[in-house]
Amino acid sequence: MTTENIQSATQHSFWNDTGKTGISSWIFSTDHKRIGLLYFYSTFGFFLVGVLLGLLIRIELMAPGRTIMGAQTYNALFTVHGVVMIFLFIIPGFQGSFGNLVMPIQIGARDVSFPRLNLFSWWIYMIGAVIVLASLFTGGGPPDTGWTFYVPFSARTGTNVSLAVLGVFVIGFSSILTGLNFVTTIHRLRAEGMTWWRLPLFTWSLYATAWIQILATPILAITLVLVAAERMLGTGLFDPSRGGDPVMYQHLFWIYSHPAVYIMILPAMGVISDIVPVFSRKPIFGYKMIAFSSLAIAAAGSLVWGHHMYTSGMSDTAVLVFSFLTFIVAIPSAIKVFNWVTTLYKGSISLEAPMLFGLSFILLFSIGGLSGLILGAAATDVHVHDTHFVVGHFHYVMFGGTGFAFFAAMHYWLPKFYGRRYAEKPAVVSWALMFTGFNVLYFTMQVLGMQGMPRRYYDYLPEFATLNLVATAGSWILAAGLVIMLVNLFRGLWWGAPFEGNPWGGATLEWSIPTPPPTENFIVEPVVTHGPYDFKGSGIP
Amino acid sequence: MDATRLISTTEAIDPVFMFIFGACLVLLLGITAAMLIFVVRYHRSRAPQPTSQVEGNLWLEVVWIVLPTLLVLAMFWYGWKEYLVLRTVPPGAMEVTATARMWSWEFSYANGRKSSKLYVPVGTAVKVNLVAADVIHGFFLPAFRVKRDVVPGMPNHAWFVAGTAGSYDLFCSQYCGTGHSAMITTVEALPAGEFEEWLEHDRGGGDKGARIDGEKLVREKGCLGCHSPDGSPGVGPSFKGINGRSTVVITKGTERTITVDDAYLRQSITEPAVDVVKGFQPIMPAFGDLSKEELDAIVQYLEELK
Repeated sequence: MTTENIQSATQHSFWNDTGKTGISSWIFSTDHKRIGLLYFYSTFGFFLVGVLLGLLIRIELMAPGRTIMGAQTYNALFTVHGVVMIFLFIIPGFQGSFGNLVMPIQIGARDVSFPRLNLFSWWIYMIGAVIVLASLFTGGGPPDTGWTFYVPFSARTGTNVSLAVLGVFVIGFSSILTGLNFVTTIHRLRAEGMTWWRLPLFTWSLYATAWIQILATPILAITLVLVAAERMLGTGLFDPSRGGDPVMYQHLFWIYSHPAVYIMILPAMGVISDIVPVFSRKPIFGYKMIAFSSLAIAAAGSLVWGHHMYTSGMSDTAVLVFSFLTFIVAIPSAIKVFNWVTTLYKGSISLEAPMLFGLSFILLFSIGGLSGLILGAAATDVHVHDTHFVVGHFHYVMFGGTGFAFFAAMHYWLPKFYGRRYAEKPAVVSWALMFTGFNVLYFTMQVLGMQGMPRRYYDYLPEFATLNLVATAGSWILAAGLVIMLVNLFRGLWWGAPFEGNPWGGATLEWSIPTPPPTENFIVEPVVTHGPYDFKGSGIP
Repeated sequence: MDATRLISTTEAIDPVFMFIFGACLVLLLGITAAMLIFVVRYHRSRAPQPTSQVEGNLWLEVVWIVLPTLLVLAMFWYGWKEYLVLRTVPPGAMEVTATARMWSWEFSYANGRKSSKLYVPVGTAVKVNLVAADVIHGFFLPAFRVKRDVVPGMPNHAWFVAGTAGSYDLFCSQYCGTGHSAMITTVEALPAGEFEEWLEHDRGGGDKGARIDGEKLVREKGCLGCHSPDGSPGVGPSFKGINGRSTVVITKGTERTITVDDAYLRQSITEPAVDVVKGFQPIMPAFGDLSKEELDAIVQYLEELK
């Protein structure tokens, strides 16, 4: 394809077929693809901010004692790292960017059900994000409570907790509205022939996620309002000297924040379920089981929050019940892993960048999930709770899981929307560096946790020094890989070789329309005649 | 003496770790090996076309639902059973009360003896009653696999038994602010005889006439977590040269300049929120429960610190 041809293809795409240009054609657009890219750049921008903060944390922990900052700065740093990564990147990230970009096309729709509400969600998200950022530079300085905002500490610290929780509260509405929008869209706007059992698994996972967003987020909102009321009005709801209960706060917080972990991981599982079959040229193994397991995780995952609290002093009966339910929720995750691996069997596997990130997701998520069994069992959790073991486990699931799936999705879908692609070799190099650095960083953390190093420690005993240095070295390898990936990916998307047609050989609907897609998505309304992974049926070799 | 030796918390918990780690290792190696074998064997260079388009297999699905279910239920039950060991204090355990505050530990014994390290006799179960003076802390003994949050207004406890004499780390595990990582001390396990000697010595917070070491107290009460003795910046004003220093304080919202003297030092320890030094947060907990001798010793130490 020559340059002129690319330009003519781009002219008939959503980039300029409406004839509108300039910033207002983006920030006031109701096109799901433009909103998707708005979400992508805003959430991914915050991801990079979070990465920088994380690297600073690792530099401080490189050696015992003061390395580059004081204790108060360090405490603010890990708090802001957590708040930014969780509330500004990973919760809104997948649904907002790839959910918006891909889901309506995957079901054969022109747009989501409520396009203006969709734009409004992004605006609410940005307003919330600005409030969170404002909390860093005003009042008593950035919050120093950890992203969990545990009372009574969060009620008495002099830092700017109230403004930060207000920001998170506002962002919550964005999450609820996106959830409502997606549930309605998937119910009402599926094209003719797009039955429930022909939905791509990414869309299935967004459907399960959307329900958690609708049902769980209001509880976080209420909890955060109560924290603010505790600080500003002195309500005493969590203060034992006034009849309150600090452990009740933890229940309320985790009633949302554990299901939120599934908001973060389910779309990632969906991406992997879409990518693995495409690069194996084989239907996904056990489609219905994977779809059901997403719903099972969404349902059972809402009932396991107490496993964050085995040592809190809640009753042993509660420990018994929550430990049992936690192990139950492990089963649907295991089913997914087995199904992904079996999909590879007798396929024709191509190890291109999206597949490499996808396969490493399976491995890293497995390590994270299996270390979660240690945390689910009451006896062993007590030792590793609140140590670096938890930090390692969480990053295996959230970064090795969702993060790597996000990178997979970036390499898999972004070329579709730009009509240009990245170079393959640097992408593979960046993947290899990130995979290596990741394991050096977070596996070491799990070992440190087993040895008893508590989390959120600014300083530590000399016995932990060697492994902390190793972990910090890992963080630099990881960062080097990330830089190469970003340069290669974005250089490719903006100036790279043309990307047209269906080079991966996907059978889902987004691969049947022009690249980049036109604003209307489908020139004629599609009629779906085959399943999402029926490669033979859709004429892919 | 009871002839049957106590099962220590470590002996109860470690086999659970071994069991879960072992099972996880087998699963992880299996998953990794299967992935690697498939990726190599069915790479597009060797398998240009897929040789199967199978969409599922009911029996395989049943197998990998049932087997993991049995496995995780075994982990659950084993974990629960040994958790009960942590929760069941053996009869006749010695009781110690641990008071956690930002950012220090204080252990008090039945006879009134107080200490900043947790001294215990070897071979005797120790029940630690956990009391929080301000925010939530965590009582964590890695060597004994014991952890319990210290929650304001809620009676919590933990128990352990030291099998051999020695010094073991004691960490605060629940994030509690600036001095969180400095809120560490040790368990000192002494042979029974030595422990009795220690317990009886210096009973009730000091023999009359014996000089209390102010410097030691300042360290033990956690003051140094925020106030440096050498002039380096911290969460609170440095102790170095504090006596006689002219400083701006905020009293009920209005600024005034004072000169630090004996009375101001005493008031800042027992009622720190009254006059807060400008530029610092009003977060210091009140130390109203110090004895007169202890307060005298601390103030004397501060006044002498040039």
